Amino acid sequence: MPQDDLRIGVFICECGTNIARSVDVDKLVEDAKKMGNVVYTAKNRYMCSEPGQAEIKKAIEEEKLNRVIVAACSPRMHEPTFRECVSSVGLNPYLVDMANIREQCSWVHMGDREAATRKAKDIMKAYIARARYLEAQDETEIQVTRATLVIGGGISGMQSALDLADAGYQVYLVEKEPALGGIMAQLAKTYPTMDCAI
Amino acid sequence: MMDVGRHPNINLMTYSQVESISGYVGNFHVKVQKKARYVNADECTACGDCAEVCPVIVPDEYQQGLSCRKAVYIPFPQAVPSASLIDMENCLGTNPIACGKCAEKCDKKCIDYDMKDEVIKFDVGTVIVATGMDVYNPTELDEYGYTKYENVITSMEYERLMSAGGPSDGHFIRPTDRKRPKTVGFIQCVGSRSEKCGNTYCSNICCMNTIKDTLLLKEHYPDIEAKVFYIDIRAFGKGFEDLFKRSKEAGVVYIRGIPGEIIEDPKTHNLNVMVEDTTANKIEEHEFDMMVLSVGVTPRFDMPEVQQLLTLSKTPDGFFMEAHPKLKPVDAPTTGVYFAGCAEAPKDIKDSVTQASAAAARAETLLSAGKVKLEAITSTLNQDLCRYCAMCSKVCPYNAFTVDPKNKTITYVEALCKGCGTCAAECRFGALSMKHFTDNQIIAQIDAHLAEDPQDKVIVFACNWCSYAGADTCGGARLQYPSNQRLIRTMCSGRVHEEFVLHAFRKGAPMVVVSGCHYVDCHYIDANRWTQKRVEKLWDKLEKWGIRPERLLLEWISAAEGQRFQKTMQDIEELRKQVTKEEIEYTIKVLTKEEEKKKQKLEKLKQKQ
Repeated sequence: MPQDDLRIGVFICECGTNIARSVDVDKLVEDAKKMGNVVYTAKNRYMCSEPGQAEIKKAIEEEKLNRVIVAACSPRMHEPTFRECVSSVGLNPYLVDMANIREQCSWVHMGDREAATRKAKDIMKAYIARARYLEAQDETEIQVTRATLVIGGGISGMQSALDLADAGYQVYLVEKEPALGGIMAQLAKTYPTMDCAI
Repeated sequence: MMDVGRHPNINLMTYSQVESISGYVGNFHVKVQKKARYVNADECTACGDCAEVCPVIVPDEYQQGLSCRKAVYIPFPQAVPSASLIDMENCLGTNPIACGKCAEKCDKKCIDYDMKDEVIKFDVGTVIVATGMDVYNPTELDEYGYTKYENVITSMEYERLMSAGGPSDGHFIRPTDRKRPKTVGFIQCVGSRSEKCGNTYCSNICCMNTIKDTLLLKEHYPDIEAKVFYIDIRAFGKGFEDLFKRSKEAGVVYIRGIPGEIIEDPKTHNLNVMVEDTTANKIEEHEFDMMVLSVGVTPRFDMPEVQQLLTLSKTPDGFFMEAHPKLKPVDAPTTGVYFAGCAEAPKDIKDSVTQASAAAARAETLLSAGKVKLEAITSTLNQDLCRYCAMCSKVCPYNAFTVDPKNKTITYVEALCKGCGTCAAECRFGALSMKHFTDNQIIAQIDAHLAEDPQDKVIVFACNWCSYAGADTCGGARLQYPSNQRLIRTMCSGRVHEEFVLHAFRKGAPMVVVSGCHYVDCHYIDANRWTQKRVEKLWDKLEKWGIRPERLLLEWISAAEGQRFQKTMQDIEELRKQVTKEEIEYTIKVLTKEEEKKKQKLEKLKQKQ
């Protein structure tokens, strides 16, 4: 169920001109202000930069934000950045969401600023709507078995295996052929050193 | 190789194959099948007496088939482990009456025809995929006569002919008359950069390999004339341009143009080519004693097996896909799995070693921390709502559920869940929900997108790994498309509940798209098969209700297919324009009525149970 005392902060990134060139960021800020439960809005040249992140942290603390929407690039790019950013000031990392207005908006509608701005507004709005249903989550921590399987005993597999084994870890190196070496073992000489491969 | 063989921390299993990998990051359970060598490798001293008496002669793979080996053999002199093995397919000796010569000869009694394959099980925290590459096989190229003319060889065969340990002891001879050739031609990009045959990509290593080959040739035999036919010479690495220069200074002639065909003179077995030299702008004829096809790199033939073991993805060129092409170039999308070498893309030795060390370092990050946090996007079970229909256990790709409908019990192991959401999409009783991709969150997104001018918008459900990533790739390449699509991200297309689609239609969406990974590329083993089934069912339902099923699309778009994403979005926009206002109004009416009916039906069903 949505929380009653929602305090959503919306942070819109210009990404230099990557977003700002195709999307009217000032208009987005104005639009965001009118959306339900949004208590704080800001824009920044680079939201992912130190000053950008500092702005988010400051707002969380001063404005008591309990949801954060960063309208910027793809979450595949910077979701970990902003999750870390908010959790450093005590907000659960699952209460921040990224509205992708770069890869899926400003970069693909470069010739039509009005349409791109309209779409960016929708994307932002959808994430603000979603924010109402975001819940804090606890991540489970699991133990890591201190051993590695390396599949393939060519030059790459051997190098990885040796590095890890030298560092003290147990390595299982599995090679399909009867001997190590892979393709490399068949080479007469190798560039750029012009010496023998084996 | 020897360092690997004797390292106390490395358990080396050659002649072995990974049979299965289960579990998850930090806790992978591995099963390896170790094939029988039929020779006790610990006792064998690699004296070679067995091979001497073996009567079976077969082509030697290590020498590219240019010489022979026996059925009992050591793969090559420096082999690690340094021990013989019997190639059982060709050995006569399973029946000692038939042969058994090697067993008789071996003083140490290492030979054991009854040796069995072994299965070895162990646990690891991380996996490095270093499965390598194959070399392009030019037999399909009739124009170069590789299968017809003995004096046409591949660059791999050239390696063996130039090697001191090769079939000719390092004497460079041509196959037809065993004489040293006077003229040698090299053809670049065989099986690479071609729309017609082989692969479209550049194989990365062949230019430098040929430059190296010509230098070796000139070093050993300054009198041999060498010519290289090329499209471009790509000598981009450190020290590479110097080698290219040296090759030219040594007298190697570089001709920009690829011969269309090789024709053999049947008497001399010399090879004639015609080529357009595009720098001189003229047609030339050349005659060679021998020609080397500089063959490209291809993904390994057995990649699909490894792909399935670890639910990996491939890029359009057929190599494994990394988690991010720039920022996570050695990580696989599956956490705890890393790539080293040509499994990820064609690489030379230096790049392979670099990536291998990077992969080791990435794996070490997890190993040295000793623990890892799992993203909280798993499924949660509300046992009160469960009616023990066992649908979840049927659809879960990881067997996280065990349901006993008779005794009305359900167990759910959250650690096995990877968060695809297929169970939540299939559960009819609302007993399963997803952390962080809840029904409410997704419905709220649909509502927000369709609150204004819904008739202009297309709702696109995109899976995180492929389609959403494909949209990002499209953006990265600045490929433009109409602005009417509204993407909603889910971890897997299997998460897209029937209700999400119907809800979007009820809210006035003219078109809805469900998109995911290509059928075999699903990041949750086979969860997207349920997507397909669900969408097919929905098409039938829509048709039954008098709604055009074409308004619901199912698209498979991979992370690499930015262009395909663009084209799909352009096509969809055309389809959207064809949807009339009346159709949308009718859809809203019908689906609202159906929703009512469904609610009543569900109530009855719940009461019954």
